[in-house]
Amino acid sequence: MDRQLASSNPATQVPVDQAPLTECAYRGFDTPCWERREFLKCAAATGTYWLVNPLWAARTNDAVFTREARHYEKLPHKQVKCVLCPRECVVDDRERGYCGVRENRSGTYYTLVYSRACSAHVDPIEKKPFFHFLPGTAAFSVATAGCNVNCKMCQNWEISQVRPEQVQAMYLPPDKLAQLAKQTGCASIAYTYSEPVVFYEWMYDCARASRPLGIKNVVVTGGYIKEKPLRELCKVVDAIKVDLKGFSERYYQEVVNGQLKPVLDALLVMKSEGVWLEIVYLVVPTLNDKEGELRQLARWVKSQLGPDVPLHFTRFYPQYLLKNLPPTPIATLERAKQIADAEGLHYVYIGNVPGHPGENTYCPRCKRPVVERIGYQIRGVHLNRGKCKHCQQPIPGVWKS
Amino acid sequence: MKGAGLDGVSVHHVTRRTFCRWVGAASAISLGCSGAPETPPSSTTGRSKVVIAQDPKLRDTRGKLSPQRVAALLNRALQALFDRDHPAEAWHQVVRPGQVVGLKVNCLAGKGASTSVELVEAVCESLQQAGIRPDKIVVWDRLNADLESAGFRIRERGPGVRFIGNDVLGYSDELYAHGKAGSLVCRTLTEVCDVVINLPVLKDHSITGVTIALKNLFGAIHNPNKYHLNAGDPYVADVFMLPPIRSKVRLSICDAFTPVYQGGPSYMPQWMWPFNSLLVSLDPVALDYIGWQLIEQKRAEAGMKPLRELKREPRYIFTAADAQHRLGVCDPQRIQVIRI
Ligand SMILES: [Zn+2]
Repeated sequence: MDRQLASSNPATQVPVDQAPLTECAYRGFDTPCWERREFLKCAAATGTYWLVNPLWAARTNDAVFTREARHYEKLPHKQVKCVLCPRECVVDDRERGYCGVRENRSGTYYTLVYSRACSAHVDPIEKKPFFHFLPGTAAFSVATAGCNVNCKMCQNWEISQVRPEQVQAMYLPPDKLAQLAKQTGCASIAYTYSEPVVFYEWMYDCARASRPLGIKNVVVTGGYIKEKPLRELCKVVDAIKVDLKGFSERYYQEVVNGQLKPVLDALLVMKSEGVWLEIVYLVVPTLNDKEGELRQLARWVKSQLGPDVPLHFTRFYPQYLLKNLPPTPIATLERAKQIADAEGLHYVYIGNVPGHPGENTYCPRCKRPVVERIGYQIRGVHLNRGKCKHCQQPIPGVWKS
Repeated sequence: MKGAGLDGVSVHHVTRRTFCRWVGAASAISLGCSGAPETPPSSTTGRSKVVIAQDPKLRDTRGKLSPQRVAALLNRALQALFDRDHPAEAWHQVVRPGQVVGLKVNCLAGKGASTSVELVEAVCESLQQAGIRPDKIVVWDRLNADLESAGFRIRERGPGVRFIGNDVLGYSDELYAHGKAGSLVCRTLTEVCDVVINLPVLKDHSITGVTIALKNLFGAIHNPNKYHLNAGDPYVADVFMLPPIRSKVRLSICDAFTPVYQGGPSYMPQWMWPFNSLLVSLDPVALDYIGWQLIEQKRAEAGMKPLRELKREPRYIFTAADAQHRLGVCDPQRIQVIRI
């Protein structure tokens, strides 16, 4: 699961210059490539001047991260209505939307997180997880503060549930991010950890800036986004992984602080736009693990998105505001997989259980493994031009040529 | 930043347990208000007192607040609340020398719809007359920039009263939770202040109906934007229940000099009226209930719909009074309104 590794101390440093970062970018999986300490070391080594302010961003120059938002409407009396996500916040002057990263200033709505990266790591793409998208490659993974829901089990709440000025951040404009991804040998940039919908403008521009360099762009999201911005985004990104958090409105209301219906609508839009799509379902004991709910989910995915969309059932660990529940029993995950398999989905995985055979991709025809994994590591790929080596069955996905 | 403090103000940690012992010894919790050792029940009748103190001559002919009249009005209100002959005696029911006293102002809307500088000056002056050293008084809100936009000058150190935003000291490491709220609480409240005096503004609110005493404490947490769902119910009540907030907020003095009855919480001069009043209570729920009624009354006079019809009735006020919260009372039969 895509947990960010950097700490989120209440401090902010804003680079006033752009440093070459090749020296400090650490190309190892599971290791933060660009945590603040390394970052400063690198900056010192390269003799680049950085404004280091150990206080909060509000005391530094916020203006570099501030851009007019793209999806909102102006209302009378200096109010604005955000139309980026289904929440459609109506925001008074000087106030912020639910996400905490968009602010109304005298009737103009601004994103405060443009180029404001609070996390930047080189991760295996399997960590997102994407299992059918360039397996074994690295994704330059970035996030800003903020989220448009508030899940009680959020594993990254220290960045997703805070305001941008409450977390360390660095200035990372689109062209610089694209270069960094290239220099660190990443096949893709992943917008992840918090909720990329809330840093839409930066994500969109980064995707456009990195494509000419041959970098793919992948989005890890809760899918809580309105149709228009989503369709525009789908034109510039290559893959989307949606955290479908449950399959009942009640769960979305009580645990996620959102709604299920708009997420299902968004999944249909993604499918229709032709981006590569994978779904993760975090199985939380007693809250979203009922057999009927899981069966309904599998049926919906098969009938609406098709049997080839990968579905990952991942293990919950107690976090944030849901510390009173145990980790998901492995038997529960196995039962969920059995249900989805039985409903006819071709690629059902078990996640967050390193070494489980449910991490492998099996050919739906000859049933032999075509991609073998242990944790985030690839142990074997038995594909030939996207087809099973054993029986030539095409395996859907985006594979290395 | 852990343990960070203001220059000259010692940082100390009042844990929940110590606080309970402290309060329990005095058995002085009245009507769910977070009690202090000296804090008496807010009335002898078992009801919550809300003082509405008005001075029609609070402003001069140019509309400027008279600092002397604001100070006099404040002291009269406190004396009425505590039934004391002298202002210092009344203030001694709230604070005692040696304590660090926080004043939680409301500055998000900028000048005109924020806690008045004149009121804050009057409170600071009264506290000093009650024996609180100026460097033990901390005026705070979310951001330095917010304080400045409301007319306060930032002063993080030095011998005088401190004016400081939460962006300076940051937020607690501990995540506090109650009901549907889970938040970090500003260190100014958790680590610097012994006592907090709540200085809200009387305002309509486009999402939560009204914003008065209870909701002003949204300014103490790191994630207020998450709690405007369902017109703030139960979030406003749940946030006030977070242990550091509930245990330290002692008294509410609401600036109702020019309340906003429509279009709030922003500055809306066309929808403000010169009420020239203070609302003072130990019970933030009772104060909110009375303040809400004043806004409804004004809206009715202006031919506007009641908040209920606009789907923004502040039901969180009732929630704050329920058996799970007991932050105060909102039954009019149990509220004693004293007009002076
Ligand atoms: Zn095969």
